[in-house]
Order: sequence, then C-alpha cells, then structure tokens
Amino acid sequence: MPETLRLALAIAGKDIRAELRSRTALLSAIVFAALVLVVFNFARDPTALSAVDLAPSVLWVTFALAAMVALNRAFTIEREHGALDGLLLAPLPRSALFAGKLLANLAFVGTVEALTLPLFVLFFNVDLRAALPGIIGVTVLATVGFVSVGTIFSAMAVRTRFAELMLPVLLLPFMVPPLIGAVQVTARLLAGRPMSEMLGWLRLLALYDVVFVTLCTMVFPAVVDE
Amino acid sequence: MTTTDPSARIIARGLRTSVAALAGLAVVYVLAIGFTPVEARQGVAQKIFYLHVPSAWCALLAFSLVGIGSALYLWLQDPRLDRFAAASAEVGVAFAAVMLTTGPIWAKPIWGTWWTWDARLTLTLFLFFLFVGYLALRASLHDPAERARFSAVVGILGMLLVPFIHLSVYLFRTLHPQPIVLKPSAPSLPPEMLRTLLVSTAVFTLLYIGLVTLRYGLAMAEEAREEAGDAA
Repeated sequence: MPETLRLALAIAGKDIRAELRSRTALLSAIVFAALVLVVFNFARDPTALSAVDLAPSVLWVTFALAAMVALNRAFTIEREHGALDGLLLAPLPRSALFAGKLLANLAFVGTVEALTLPLFVLFFNVDLRAALPGIIGVTVLATVGFVSVGTIFSAMAVRTRFAELMLPVLLLPFMVPPLIGAVQVTARLLAGRPMSEMLGWLRLLALYDVVFVTLCTMVFPAVVDE
Repeated sequence: MTTTDPSARIIARGLRTSVAALAGLAVVYVLAIGFTPVEARQGVAQKIFYLHVPSAWCALLAFSLVGIGSALYLWLQDPRLDRFAAASAEVGVAFAAVMLTTGPIWAKPIWGTWWTWDARLTLTLFLFFLFVGYLALRASLHDPAERARFSAVVGILGMLLVPFIHLSVYLFRTLHPQPIVLKPSAPSLPPEMLRTLLVSTAVFTLLYIGLVTLRYGLAMAEEAREEAGDAA
C-alpha cells in the first residue's frame, strides 16, 4: 500500500508541477468561478430574496461549475502527444494511476474552491467566522465524491467527440446527491443550527465518498486499458 | 440478407412481439375506458394510471437490466451483453419519456401543478437524464470495444447512483401516491382496477421485450454491415 501511495503521489506531483508552470487552466477556472458569482448576483432580485437565503445554493453551483471546467482538462493534457500511453506503459498499478489523477484533480478543484470562498464572502456579504471549519469539512466531503466520478468520466470524455459537452452531461446527475447534501449542510451551518440536524446529510456524503471512490478505482482499468 | 441471417430472424421475432403488444395495448384501452369503474375522487383523470404505472415499471426494469448487463459485461466481456444493455437503455428512455409525459398530465388536475420536486419524480427525472447521457456517450464513440467498456462503466456507476439520489431526495416530503400493489399488505385496489392494471403491465412488459429484441437484432445487423464494410 505505501508503494501505491508513493506512485500515486508521483503522478499527482507531475500534474501539479505541470499546472504550476503554466497556471493557465487554474487561472481560467478561478476567473470563471468569480464570473459565475457575479452573474448570480445579478440574477437575484435583491428586493425579493436576501443574499444570505441564496448563498448556499450560489456557493455550490459555483463550485460544481468550476469543478466541471477543472475536470475537463484532467485527461485532455494526457491525450496530447500520447502522454496517456506513456503512463499506461509505466510499471505502476492502475489503482495508483487513478489515485494519482484523483489527487491531482482534488488539489486543482480544492485550490479553485479555496480561492472562490473569499470572493463569495466578499460578494454575498456572508459572515463565515463561526461556520468556516464546518464549511471546509463539508466541502472536502462533497468534493472527494464528485471529483472521483469526474476523474473517471473525464478519462472517457476525452475519447469522444464534443468532450467538453459530454463531461457535464454524464457528470451532473452524479453531482446531485453531493450537491443536495452540501447545500443542506451549508445552509444549516450559516444559520448556526446544531450538529444533530446535519448528521444525516454528513453520513450520506461520507457514504457516497466511500462507495464511489472504491467503485471508480475498481472500474478505472476498463476505461484506460484497450 | 438471407433468411438464415441470425439478425433478420431476431428482428422478425422482435417485430412480431411488438405488434402483438401493440394489439394488446388496444385491449388495455378498451378495458380501461369501457370495463373499469371511474375512480370516485379523481374521476376520469385516474385512467392515465393504467399507462403511467406500467410504463414506469418498464422504465425501471429496463434501467435495472442495463446496470446488471453492464456489470456482467465487464466481467464476461461478451458483446451480446453490451448489445442487450444498449437496447434496454434505448427502450427504457422511451418508456421513461411516456412516464414523464403522462405524469404531469395527471398531476395538473389532481395536484394542481404539472411538476413538483417530489422524491420519486426527481429520481425518475434524473434516471432519464442519466440514460440519455448513456446513449449520448454511445453515440459519440466509434470503436465498438471502447464503446462497450465505457458504457458499461456508466451503467454500473448509474446503478449505484440510484440509491443515493433516492436517499437524498427522500428527505424532502413526498407527495407521490404511495404504492398500492407491491406493498407488504394486500393490494388496496378494487378488483376491476387491479385487473386492468395487471393486464396493462403485462402488455407493456411484452412491448418492452419486443422492442428490445427488435433493437438487439438491428444492432447485430448494423455490426455485421460495419464488418462487411471494413472487409471490403
């Protein structure tokens, strides 16, 4: 197991290094997230709906859309110059390859989320001080699940025509349970509700993570092996 | 194409079954309109029940079989399983479309709204989207082996997604009528209504079998033709 982890970290490190050298995808994803927040602000009638009531949904729709943009590039970079063939020829188990791509995507999506959160506080005037640890926790729980499914689908989508369209069409239904759970928990956190009201949702999110990370690791060979 | 061509035989069988099922559908209409009492509170609107419930049953049957076929495909690598899963997904989407059209037509006079974000409605809507995505993925891939592997992965993940969508939307209060046939106690439906429903369900299931057989045979014929094209 430590060996698999070491290999996974090597794969993730390669992706993160490549991204840090160009930074184009990361910057575009952050600008995209900021634009979604701005658009949301104008889509709301301020006399009818206060910013705080809409805040949890805005935050999560923004995270979901930004994650989609980020995931689209995960395997696009591997397709160029046949990089994926090289990875598949390398002496490493497929589970390590999947874990590596998953970790890199999590780092990427996590960075976008971490930078979107202050913008969200700024634009929507939400008081996060008390809720911040909870929000970080639920973000991690929800993100691990849908990024795991997204990593598989992104590997498939690059092989199709209209890859940029195929990923959202496949992935959005899978984002529904984590998003519903995350929005519910975020709304309760912002309203200062007790932990007991969120426990059911948190369990659902954790179960989703366990089931889909395991399942995606199992089916990943079917996606990359000819 | 000769008469000994296996795909032609399967297509003919599928056509015969589908035509028989469509004739049965005419019987269902006669039964539902002429020989089944009008429901006391819902009036004539309740008649749509005899189409809505069987099509929902067929859609869920179709989607479950896609999941099972996909899992078996990844295990056994038999192209027949992939062909079956594809046929079942296509027919399932058609039945789901019937279900999602007849539902709102009934809901407008009874619930006073076309659509509500009720647990069961949301679940079936997402199932529909999921399988439309499945078909879109199939359509955008050329290599048959790759198409089979990728769609099997979506089929398996989709099968496991269903309980999660169900759990997450169930926490919203549900408006949908509760089960009246498949429930622990005896069916609470008058015998004439139950008879019409059962006949209709049998007819729809037959239609599902006929359409899947037809689609399976067509897929075989398409593959044979592609191979012939490659060889030439």
